[in-house]
Amino acid sequence: MVTTTRRRETARARTVAVVLFVVVIALFALTLSYGDFQISLPDVVRSLFGLPTPAGVDYVMHDLRLPRASVAALAGLAFGLAGAIFQQLLRNPLASPDVIGVSQGATTAGILTSMVLGLDGGIVSAAGLIGAVLTALTIYALSWRKGVGGYRFILVGIGIGTVLTSITSFILTRSDVKIAAEAMIWLTGSVNGRTWDQIIPLAVAVLILVPLAMILGRTLTGMQLGDDLATAFGVHVQRSRFALLIVAVCLTGMATAAAGPIAFVAFMSGPIAARLVGGGRPVLIQAALVGSMLVLVSDFIGSHLLGSRQFPVGVVTGVIGAPYLLWLLATANRSGRGG
Amino acid sequence: MLATGLVVIAAALAGAALLSLAIGARDISFGTVLHALANPDPNSTDSLIVTESRLPRTIVGLLAGAAFGLAGAVIQGVTRNPLADPGILGVNAGAGLFIVIAISFFGITSLTGYVWFGFLGAAVTSVLVYTIGSIGRGGATPVKLALAGAAVTAALISFTTAVLIVDVDAYDQFRFWQVGSLAGRGIDIALQGLPFLVAGAALAFYSARALNALALGDDVATSFGQNVIVARLIAAGAVVLLCGAATSMAGPLVFIGLVIPHIARAITGPDHRWLLPYSMLLAPLLLLVADVIGRIVARPGEVQVGIVTAIIGAPIFVAMARREKLAEL
Repeated sequence: MVTTTRRRETARARTVAVVLFVVVIALFALTLSYGDFQISLPDVVRSLFGLPTPAGVDYVMHDLRLPRASVAALAGLAFGLAGAIFQQLLRNPLASPDVIGVSQGATTAGILTSMVLGLDGGIVSAAGLIGAVLTALTIYALSWRKGVGGYRFILVGIGIGTVLTSITSFILTRSDVKIAAEAMIWLTGSVNGRTWDQIIPLAVAVLILVPLAMILGRTLTGMQLGDDLATAFGVHVQRSRFALLIVAVCLTGMATAAAGPIAFVAFMSGPIAARLVGGGRPVLIQAALVGSMLVLVSDFIGSHLLGSRQFPVGVVTGVIGAPYLLWLLATANRSGRGG
Repeated sequence: MLATGLVVIAAALAGAALLSLAIGARDISFGTVLHALANPDPNSTDSLIVTESRLPRTIVGLLAGAAFGLAGAVIQGVTRNPLADPGILGVNAGAGLFIVIAISFFGITSLTGYVWFGFLGAAVTSVLVYTIGSIGRGGATPVKLALAGAAVTAALISFTTAVLIVDVDAYDQFRFWQVGSLAGRGIDIALQGLPFLVAGAALAFYSARALNALALGDDVATSFGQNVIVARLIAAGAVVLLCGAATSMAGPLVFIGLVIPHIARAITGPDHRWLLPYSMLLAPLLLLVADVIGRIVARPGEVQVGIVTAIIGAPIFVAMARREKLAEL
């Protein structure tokens, strides 16, 4: 009996992953082909493989839409995966890196390097990464008391995040309003006008960190049982938790540096994936794909469906995410999982 | 003993106010400050700086500080939650969103105009966060409230950003309010907030005895003849009036309302009849000192007081979060 249920669950998880992957590819193709300058799908494929295409297609593809679609897909993947890791490690659907201060660390570091030091490109990526890692280590160290309790970690994170937010606000009052307004668009999360030197660091990070997360994630099933049981099963709880956390933090930092802290993607992806898969199992790969899907869809809505004005993707995810968040808070509290 | 302590703190507060009048981009001697207060001289630059710029700012600091301190003590008492604070609970973000709407959609550009919107936003958000945080088992526990606050803050900021991205002029105004500052606040701001602050303070002191009863738990409070629901509503009214007015006046100042009641409680013990006046005097003391520090560290410019209080308050918040039994109050 048990084995049949488990086999059925595994099959469903696999089907969900495949369907999500197909949806992400379709959205990716849609982003490449749709716009003021329509490109037919055969031309999209032709241009991707370097075959001859009608005039203008190569420019629109390689300089505008491919960077945009790539950064949307990659950042979504990174945020979705990082959020799911946090939520499963801390056993709380609300504890994603954007709620508990890690994204704020990357953001403040990014603002600091770009606005105060006037740097750009790869250095901002590095700063975002360092900011996220330092923030997470600070939260981890400050919440350490014979081990790191989930709730202590969340509360300390919220406190640290509040300080980082006020530092960001401070920097924004110190600059010219035009620059500050541009920075605000990045602060919301945007995939518009990205260049390859911003995307390649993220792509490399995703290529390394996603497989690593999958390998480490196998211990998650054990950890979800609770620290005591997991230790009894022989999982080195604190060490595996720490390694996974670092992977999630690096993903958050790199994605934030490339696209800004796109609101709620890390937060929403895990619960949506869990709902699709069912059965309360870790859903890392599905959450990553949901993240990609969310960013691609939201960017499409923000750039084509909201009238003449283009909104950055973070506004759309925020407006979609906010009601969902409130609903999730209410139900999590009602079922006693909110704390 | 406790009464003497209050007098000492009041004296310290007077000293801090004097510092706030004297120190800044242009230092003015205490003698000149006192002279300018007694005989304002429109032809003297020093006198003008004191009466036109620093005096209103100091008064706003005193009022907003007292309000944040009182509100923090009441909110912690009524929720029996040591981490309750208007900043952590998302009240600031609510005020922020409504202020942005006022600036952008209604074209209100003066602080005296959009103060009302900030007030409304603070009220709506505090009710929302408290409702969400208190659903389910155990009522409004510290973690549930803090998470509800952080989450609602994130949600409100998304909407705020959606408005600001379209309207750069509104953003230019908003970024200076958002950081939390006493700079450039005129006496009209103080006068406008005053009725709300007085009403809020009256409600707060009126509920001191009820808060003592609530601290024993709802069952015991009821057996003492306390109507628990009415007591909560009065206290909540006090918090909304105080936080809404103070946030609109000085911007979102985090951690003051959180930290001060804990310091006060260390001196007075749990009796709200002493805890409230101590919080009300200690908070403006911290706020004025933080404001003076902000003016000293970045001469001739200044670091907004919101940054200074965040940096002072965060370590205390973290220390609180590390305590073993969080919910004991």
